[in-house]
Amino acid sequence: MYPAAFEYHTPTSVKDALGLLGKLGDDAKILAGGHSLIPMMKLRLAQPKHLVDLRKVPGLAGVKEDKGALAIGAMTTHWQVESSSLVKSKLSVLSEVAGLIGDPAVRNLGTVGGSLAHADPAADWPAIMIALGAEMVCEGAKGRRTVKVDDWFKGLMSTALGDDELLVEVRVPLLAAGTGAAYLKFPHPASRFAVVGVAAAVTLDKQGTCTKVGVGVTGAGTKAVRAKGVEAGCTGKKLDAATIEAAAQKAAEGVDVQADLQGSVEYKSHLCRVFAKRALTEAVKRAS
Amino acid sequence: MATATDDRLFGKSIKRREDPRFITGRGRYTDDLKLPGLTYAAFVRSPHAHARIRGIDTAAAKAHPGVVAIFTGKDMTGVNSLPCGWLLPELKVPPHPPLATDVAQYVGDPVAVVIAGDQETALDAAEKVRVDWQVLPSVTNTDKASAPGAAQLHEVAPNNVAFRWQIGDAAATDAAFKSAATVVKKRIVNQRLVANAMEPRACVARYDTATDELTLWVTSQNPHVHRLLMAAFVLGIDEHKVRVIAPDVGGGFGSKIFLYNEETVCSWASRKIHRPIRWTATRREAFQTDAHGRDHITDAELALSKDGKILGLRVKTIANLGAYLSTFAPAVPTYLYGTLLNGVYEMGAIHADVTGVFTNTTPVDAYRGAGRPEAAYLIERMIEAGAAALKMDVAELRKLNFIPKFADGYQTKVALLYDSGDYGAAFDKLLGMLDYKKFRGEQEAARKQGRLLGLGFSTYIEACSIAPSKVVGSLGAQAGLYESGAVRVHPTGKVTVLTGSHSHGQGHETTFAQLVADQLGIPIEHVDIVHGDTGRVAFGMGTYGSRSASVGGTAILMSLNKIKEKAKKIAAHLLEASAKDIEFEKGQFQVRGARDKAVPFGQVALTAYVPHNYPEGLEPGLEETSFYDPSNFCFPFGAHACVVEVDRETGQVKLLRYLAVDDVGNVINPMIVDGMVHGGIAQGVGQAICEGAVYDDASGQLVTGTMMDYAVPKADMLPMYETDRTVTPTLVNPLGIKGAGETGTIAATPAVVNAVVDALAPLGIDHIEIMPLTAQRVWQVIQGAKGAKGPVGAKA
Repeated sequence: MYPAAFEYHTPTSVKDALGLLGKLGDDAKILAGGHSLIPMMKLRLAQPKHLVDLRKVPGLAGVKEDKGALAIGAMTTHWQVESSSLVKSKLSVLSEVAGLIGDPAVRNLGTVGGSLAHADPAADWPAIMIALGAEMVCEGAKGRRTVKVDDWFKGLMSTALGDDELLVEVRVPLLAAGTGAAYLKFPHPASRFAVVGVAAAVTLDKQGTCTKVGVGVTGAGTKAVRAKGVEAGCTGKKLDAATIEAAAQKAAEGVDVQADLQGSVEYKSHLCRVFAKRALTEAVKRAS
Repeated sequence: MATATDDRLFGKSIKRREDPRFITGRGRYTDDLKLPGLTYAAFVRSPHAHARIRGIDTAAAKAHPGVVAIFTGKDMTGVNSLPCGWLLPELKVPPHPPLATDVAQYVGDPVAVVIAGDQETALDAAEKVRVDWQVLPSVTNTDKASAPGAAQLHEVAPNNVAFRWQIGDAAATDAAFKSAATVVKKRIVNQRLVANAMEPRACVARYDTATDELTLWVTSQNPHVHRLLMAAFVLGIDEHKVRVIAPDVGGGFGSKIFLYNEETVCSWASRKIHRPIRWTATRREAFQTDAHGRDHITDAELALSKDGKILGLRVKTIANLGAYLSTFAPAVPTYLYGTLLNGVYEMGAIHADVTGVFTNTTPVDAYRGAGRPEAAYLIERMIEAGAAALKMDVAELRKLNFIPKFADGYQTKVALLYDSGDYGAAFDKLLGMLDYKKFRGEQEAARKQGRLLGLGFSTYIEACSIAPSKVVGSLGAQAGLYESGAVRVHPTGKVTVLTGSHSHGQGHETTFAQLVADQLGIPIEHVDIVHGDTGRVAFGMGTYGSRSASVGGTAILMSLNKIKEKAKKIAAHLLEASAKDIEFEKGQFQVRGARDKAVPFGQVALTAYVPHNYPEGLEPGLEETSFYDPSNFCFPFGAHACVVEVDRETGQVKLLRYLAVDDVGNVINPMIVDGMVHGGIAQGVGQAICEGAVYDDASGQLVTGTMMDYAVPKADMLPMYETDRTVTPTLVNPLGIKGAGETGTIAATPAVVNAVVDALAPLGIDHIEIMPLTAQRVWQVIQGAKGAKGPVGAKA
């Protein structure tokens, strides 16, 4: 389990990191927590010539409240999110999601930004980011830009992040009044990645009618997607069990479900529906 | 007979003496060894399941800076095939070269070794070795190995058949089936498993040019067996010039019994390059090359009378042996499987027919339980399927058929003579712990709510401490199955024990020291246990098949008795009494009934080495060696139960309770035995619900080749165990110990699967063919059942 030889860089500012990326181009990979990249390198499936480690870049880690959102630095570890009292009080579902990732060793090193930039199709963060309508803040030589989560995931381990950009922050809107959010997953028995994971955020008005809903599905396909059919089945309706059940039937629509040892297309599509139902049910319970 | 009492160390749960060094990072494992001039090996392995080697170009790799040497199979002239240590009649034994020369037979089969000054260089250079492969069709699936048109592995084995083996009485079994009121027929697939010891295999080979001696440090469960096989059979060098050391070893589960390619190649190469060589497996190499376990496909039939008596059992099994014969592979699906098919039941007749087949997969050999889990799973699954067919209660059917309590011998229909047993007592105890009637009430209520709640039993037997040597030799074993134990009393009264058993997790440094301190009445701190070094321990057969306490412990006990006899003579002389009037009690030798006329053990020890005032004609010194060859196996047994709930929507199985009553005879350290039971249950649960090595049918690739794909059981999948014991000592050995290392693994798998089938019973399910019972598989079974009318034998 030894990786091939590589050059190791530790820039001390975003600017320096971007400079290295510009200079080294395709030969360089960004190292955040390393819990996806390093195992691939150890198996020699990835053999980058240069690693640009962000650990010494100040200001990229930490969570703060900013203009109705939680601003999560890209280098914030899963454990920091899981244990943050700010997250627990303002957007506790993020803390729950973080606690479902890997094991404590993974959570203490793996980062939110690393996960979202790597875009593993079975990662946990994408589903909840979609459900909550997060935004990714990217920085390049020409400055910062913000990408909506719906425009972020492009395909298998592919995102809207430019080759010459860094993901520096994730902004997650706080829950509006009357909103409940939940993420439930069916973990892979070996890796604990999501075979299927569904996140739901539901806003109910005083009459119990759903005024806003976000549903994200991860694990089943090559990328995480918004379950638009499920959302359409919920919006403007009173979310009783039968309505949720009916809406959840659309959970696998738009997901390019991939068969593997853990499940056939049929089974994983079924799991999408089951977990959409369960996530919605829990979100509604929390909203009420 | 040794029994536990308050003032004795035997039977006390003292903490493991070896643990402080393990849990503070001071264990000394093979990979920790540093030697001057050490080099590092990396193996070039076949990426194909089956491929002809048209050529190997090592030029670019040899030119890589830092490379010391590169060898291919063609360089290893004069080296013999890796031996098979258990020869069945008419067994087809194909060549098994340490480095494949003409054809690679499985993914991971080594074809070259690159040796360099450091590990990274060896790995980098290994990537530069170019092998010209001609990819051949492969066969990995057990069921397809002998199918027409299947790829052929070895010329000596037409249709890939290694052996056909039978046991029992075919005619009597046929007759029993004719008279049966009910016959239950099921296909039972016992899937392939990966041992996954925590420490990967490793070796360091050092050839000393000055003394012509080879020292091999290797992750071995039996260093003397390694030495014998390596020296005499493979490399053809003098055994007394070879020292094999198995230092701290981090788990084995059987996979470290065998002689492997890598230590053979490193030993040979060290003699060529005159430098020590280290190799340590990566986890990926461990998945691909550590001997796998199980992999049977069986058609089983059970014949029952209308009142539920077992009239006959007919078994036809195909056992996948992998690409080559691993060291003891042929014994596992035969003498460790077919002979166990009588279970704990009175059976009218039994016949088993086993075919061993070669496939393009990692060789298969003993894995914790080795044959006995396959037998127990088959019997216990068939019993519950039989109960379903008869619409009988599973507990009642068992009770009806248990062999009644016996103290000294029960002859089975499949050759074995059980030692002692009280199977009903263990089961009754389990039913009490479970509150069986209450559970069935709760289950009824749960079912009314649509919940899938299930209970499964497993009343198992197993055979430990395989013996005697004469018998196993007649059955094909190329080794004896005794054990040695030497007790060296030092002049100060401290004691060193040299045992041929090997601890790789079992806790021998504690249990053997307990046994010795208990027998000699000295503090346990005065006893040291030495094992795992052919340079220190005279001989030994090692640790597997739950044999250490029963066989290794008895060898030590025999030496202790000799020590005591000699010490009595010395004490008698000092006390001016007759040796026959001397008794040994609480650490002192005394004139019978006179505690004041006594000498302590330490004084006798000193006198033995400073023999000034000493019996005429008695040799000085106080050291004894014994070899113990048991007269029979020992047969632990027990009753386990598992309660599960199945998520109807996802098919996911959740364990709610796990109960175990084991009978392993007398127990030296209950805490250590509990630990073995706990770990064994986890492994058995793993086989039932999540573990399974899977090969891609088309490419022959091992697709569960990492910890990200192959699911070992996790702590959060397991409930708190409820365990207890009954104690039925064996009469086979004077300690009354039966063996405890494998019971959990053997018992747990059928208990869990039976529980899942019971949970699904309201849907008309009475069987699931294939393990593990992953959520998808259970879901498919549920889907299949919904569409079917009436009872179905669900296929998955």
